[in-house]
Amino acid sequence: MDKFFWAPFAEFAFMQRALVASLALGLISGPVGVLLVMRRMSLAGDAISHAVLPGAAIGYMIAGMSLPVLGLGAFITALLVALLASGVSNITSQREDASLAAFYLMALAIGVTLVSVHGSNIDLMHLLFGSILAVDQTALVLIASATSVTLILLAMIWRVLLASSFDPLFLAQYGRSGRLANQLFMLTVVLTFVACFQTLGTLMAVGLLMLPAVAAKFWSRDIPTACLLASAFAMISGATGLLLSYHASLPSGPSIVLTAGAIYLVSLFVGSHDSLLIHTIRSSRHRES
Amino acid sequence: MHQIYRPLLSLITVSSLLLSAPIAQANPTPPIDVVASFSILANITEEIGGPLVNVTSLVGPDADAHVFNPSPADAKSLARAQVVVINGLGFEGWIDRLVKSSGFKGELVVASKGVKPLDFKEETNSHAPQQKDSHDHGHKHSHNPKTDHAKHDHGEVDPHAWQDLKNGKTYAENIRAALVTVLPAARDEINARAQRYIDQIDALDQASRTRLDAVPEAQRRVISSHDAFGYFAQAYGVEFFAAQGWSTDREVSAADMATLIREIRKDQVRALFVENMSDPRLMQRVSEETGVRIGGKLYSDALSAPGTDADTYLKMFSSNVNAILQTIEP
Repeated sequence: MDKFFWAPFAEFAFMQRALVASLALGLISGPVGVLLVMRRMSLAGDAISHAVLPGAAIGYMIAGMSLPVLGLGAFITALLVALLASGVSNITSQREDASLAAFYLMALAIGVTLVSVHGSNIDLMHLLFGSILAVDQTALVLIASATSVTLILLAMIWRVLLASSFDPLFLAQYGRSGRLANQLFMLTVVLTFVACFQTLGTLMAVGLLMLPAVAAKFWSRDIPTACLLASAFAMISGATGLLLSYHASLPSGPSIVLTAGAIYLVSLFVGSHDSLLIHTIRSSRHRES
Repeated sequence: MHQIYRPLLSLITVSSLLLSAPIAQANPTPPIDVVASFSILANITEEIGGPLVNVTSLVGPDADAHVFNPSPADAKSLARAQVVVINGLGFEGWIDRLVKSSGFKGELVVASKGVKPLDFKEETNSHAPQQKDSHDHGHKHSHNPKTDHAKHDHGEVDPHAWQDLKNGKTYAENIRAALVTVLPAARDEINARAQRYIDQIDALDQASRTRLDAVPEAQRRVISSHDAFGYFAQAYGVEFFAAQGWSTDREVSAADMATLIREIRKDQVRALFVENMSDPRLMQRVSEETGVRIGGKLYSDALSAPGTDADTYLKMFSSNVNAILQTIEP
């Protein structure tokens, strides 16, 4: 037992770093994911994962294969897309997901154009968004900073976010500070995603963010509880996925996401709130009465 | 005097122009269009064809032929070409469809024709840990099911035959034969160029062998992030351990990393090579964890950009030999 759970991390430094990275990312992906679900923006992650491309391409043109520059470029364009989207939806009557779709598609097209005009066939996405097994000291510092900033920002705007998640009209009443809170929230979303992309790869990062959040909703209606649960699920997925990758020789990113997926399926069936089990019990009670 | 000479001079000039024009046209016929599937083949064809050929490479320098996506422009240049040079041995999985869809009707050269293909199974086993004793360097057929399975994602045969210069000579010979078929008039020039090139290959082969043999065999152990050096290993007696599976599009698992690190610790590998196109960060992690030296670049599937230190097949090869020697020499 000890050998199974502990030995891989004791023997290899890369496993320790991967574990620390996935725990840190799990911690912030809980609240960010739950809030995204509450605001009906579950697919925003996918949009943002495409919005990073032009920034990465420009970063590559300026500094070549330098990971901090690529990451910064990715962060800037993703943030730009997110802020433009929330800005447009604040001014016009269009919903945020609609304008996000519009802007990320443009960013994606610009990114693809830049990459192909620049010529090199090097797979930028692959290099930029490597594997969690390759996390080094710099990446750990980056993840730690992103996690800290995200947690502080979330603490600052927590109350406004909670209120506006239940009642979007509330945001309008709050006026400027409400809009500010919304934009700060988009900042935390982008921070979380870019930090996750650097370690997990674009597609896998969205999985680690959204699956635990959606799963947590089957266990609690209360948002703070759901956030804590989602964080716990994400951290468990990270650790279990790494062990799975180690013992079963599976690629690390997918095994983390598949673990999160398993947690989601279990929650869907036997969760304490709104799950399939609860629905079955309820409908059978209806029949009895 | 002047008045006599001037018409005479002009007469000479005109007649020499008239004379030279047909000569200039007889020899340099317009170059034929040749398409090569990737940069190394393109370079060999250029060396042999010289001014007689106009070579396009589908997969350019520094690009990965394993994950190449042909564009309509590629199909167009293929349709126009009179000769298409491919590696064969399953290296260009995408080429058959592209040749068919482009309507190409010229001469298709499989450059590796006649090369003795190296089985991935054999190669893997020669790298198995139980053969770490230097006197036991032969190709034992012991089975290592786990590694075998991992290596067999994309076929049985290792396509990177050009990593042995003896095979490079076969490539040159096949390309020479094809060019002579298409350009019978320029047979002598092509043969002469090919002979010169093959002599160069021979010289480099000899020199590389001598230099590598000078290093004790127990020290000729290196790791590369791409398992493309099976032919090199066999020909020049350098043991290669690989981090990733032989195709660059396979994702690495924690188990792969752990196995690699354990092997380095156990076998006392001297050097770690990061290639010009896979994720270098994985190798850096392994190096930090084990303390092996990170070597320079090893070029496997592509030449470097024109003007850099590995922009021809021969320069690429000697650059690889130098990089290996630098890290394994005591």
